Amino acid sequence: MRILLVEDDRETAAYLLKALKEAGHVPDHAADGEEGAFLAESNRYDVMVVDRMLPKKDGLTLVSEARAKGNDTPVLILSALGQVDDRVTGLRAGGDDYLAKPYAFSELLARIEVLARRRKPGEAETLLRVGDLELDRLSHIVRRGQTVIPLQPREFRLLEYLMKHAGQVVTRTMLLENVWDYHFDPQTNVIDVHISRLRSKVDKGFPDPLVHTVRGAGYMIRDGAR
Amino acid sequence: MTALGKVVRTTAFKLTAIYFVVFTVFAVAFVGWISRETDRILTQQVKDSIEAEIGVLADEGLSRGLTGIVAAIEQRSRVPGASLYVIADSEGRVVAGNVTEVPPALLQRSGLDPITIPYKSLDDENGPKTAMVQVLPLPNGMRMLVGRDISDIERIRSVVAKALVLGLGLLIVLALGSWFFVSRRVLKRIDSIAGTSRQIMAGDLSGRLEVTGTGDEFDRLAESLNAMLSRIEDLLHGLKDVSDNIAHDLKTPLTRLRTRVEATLAGPQDLGAYRTALESTIEESDQLIRTFNALLMIARIEAGSPDGAMGPIDLARIVADVAEFYEPVAEEAEVYLALSLEEPLPIVGSRELIAQALGNLIDNAIKYVRSGDRPPAAPRVAVAARRDGDAILVTVADNGPGIAAEDRERVLKRFVRLEKSRTMPGSGLGLSLVDAVTRLHHGAISLQDANPGLVVNLRFPASS
Repeated sequence: MRILLVEDDRETAAYLLKALKEAGHVPDHAADGEEGAFLAESNRYDVMVVDRMLPKKDGLTLVSEARAKGNDTPVLILSALGQVDDRVTGLRAGGDDYLAKPYAFSELLARIEVLARRRKPGEAETLLRVGDLELDRLSHIVRRGQTVIPLQPREFRLLEYLMKHAGQVVTRTMLLENVWDYHFDPQTNVIDVHISRLRSKVDKGFPDPLVHTVRGAGYMIRDGAR
Repeated sequence: MTALGKVVRTTAFKLTAIYFVVFTVFAVAFVGWISRETDRILTQQVKDSIEAEIGVLADEGLSRGLTGIVAAIEQRSRVPGASLYVIADSEGRVVAGNVTEVPPALLQRSGLDPITIPYKSLDDENGPKTAMVQVLPLPNGMRMLVGRDISDIERIRSVVAKALVLGLGLLIVLALGSWFFVSRRVLKRIDSIAGTSRQIMAGDLSGRLEVTGTGDEFDRLAESLNAMLSRIEDLLHGLKDVSDNIAHDLKTPLTRLRTRVEATLAGPQDLGAYRTALESTIEESDQLIRTFNALLMIARIEAGSPDGAMGPIDLARIVADVAEFYEPVAEEAEVYLALSLEEPLPIVGSRELIAQALGNLIDNAIKYVRSGDRPPAAPRVAVAARRDGDAILVTVADNGPGIAAEDRERVLKRFVRLEKSRTMPGSGLGLSLVDAVTRLHHGAISLQDANPGLVVNLRFPASS
């Protein structure tokens, strides 16, 4: 994937570029807002990662100007300001996701991949399928093979989010934000407990598990047989 | 600036001057109007009675001729009273009547309008008096004068004038008096408020303005300013607390972190040891970030600039959501989580903050319900929300060891962790956050004994 990274801190940028390359992506780097705007205009990227505070042109201006010019590349905004209202202004400027510093690289990578995938068609799919697991978004019925799996509404949304991003790493924070709409740190491993409960319904009694733990990052649902 | 200039610039002086001018203009106009109206009415009465008398005498003249008139006048002149009668011949000599001196020119005049003249009466030795008279021509060049004494009207006029002068004098005295009172009493208090404010600004924030207890505007002003000072003092203390906390509670783990890295570097060059050290460094720095975020958040909430929008929300839904969120955690810990709700429970607030506060309470309850020396056989956490008059009461109760009465106030403070919970994970900021969030929503938090266990009550004002 082609990724544009607009980050003014040399050390952070160097580390991120190296890690993104290792993850199989093709990153470009801009060290200030003007350079970032120039690169965003002259190339086509799958995702742009933009720091909020940049020299010459700040990140939010860069994003809203790109949006005004019809650029619909998904944007992840990085910021040291992590409060909910900062997040809201970031998203309002045209950002698609918002990540507060300091963050774990695994979190950044997972979000970049989810954003890049979001562009592809198939958003309106009504039937999600992973292996022999089927989730019908209209009738809210979940089946594994021939067995209907009864789920609580929140469990349904959790599974739906995982299946929408099947094959991708989904972090605990992403689940917390997207399934529960909470932006705080619940201290305890609440998400892990919810996942293990979901697992016991979806995977228990079946030969190949679909919900996998990705160590140090989060979770992923994928067809193990493939 | 002269002393006089200073006096002139005071509010009391200006107020007194304005009051004095306005009142004087009004009083003069009012008294003037009354005296003019009285004068007009009395004069009209005199004119009317003169006219009536002339009418009667004219009737007499018609029936009995000139002699009749003279006889009538002579008879009337003998009756003491305020009426004046004169009959004069064509030479101007007085033939009959009760007036001694009449200016001859007057008798030549004839007209319909009565005029005012000085006169001297027969029976009275006092100086000339004033009267309103009318002169009528009689046959043979004779003249008749009919009039009425008007000294009463004159007297009333002088009484009114005297009253006006006296009243204005009194007014000046009162104005001076009120100015004195206002400047002495009221301005003194304003000066004292200003003085105390300057002292407080100079440094000592614990100083307060004097409240006399009379409940007047100045007391109210002083009370408002005192409340403002308390708020400022609280905020400054909060700021100082945060910096103290950062100094103490963040420096300690930072030192630990640094020591560990340093010790690893000084130790044998072992890849495994490096890896372990780095992993625990990340873990520790994550915990530090978490603590730091929580501290910043509490400080922001306490400063009244909360995170996210405050809007109308249904507390019942939030409580239900958060309880549902923590329910699997309770189940895993084999704690029974009970939920009892009344719906709806509208308040104005931040969903995010209240959810986080409630999450902290429920998480704490699940964590600590078994922490006593004799854990309950059926550990239980009960979450409830209901309307209580004008308030909405949210309670989180457990049947664990509870908190000793003397510690209940203390645990709300930042970084306070009770001795027995030191072994549990946590930053000591959970309850401080709950306290801050509750106060942001104009609510109150109280910790009570649940017999056994702890019950935390959050009371929020309900919105209509």
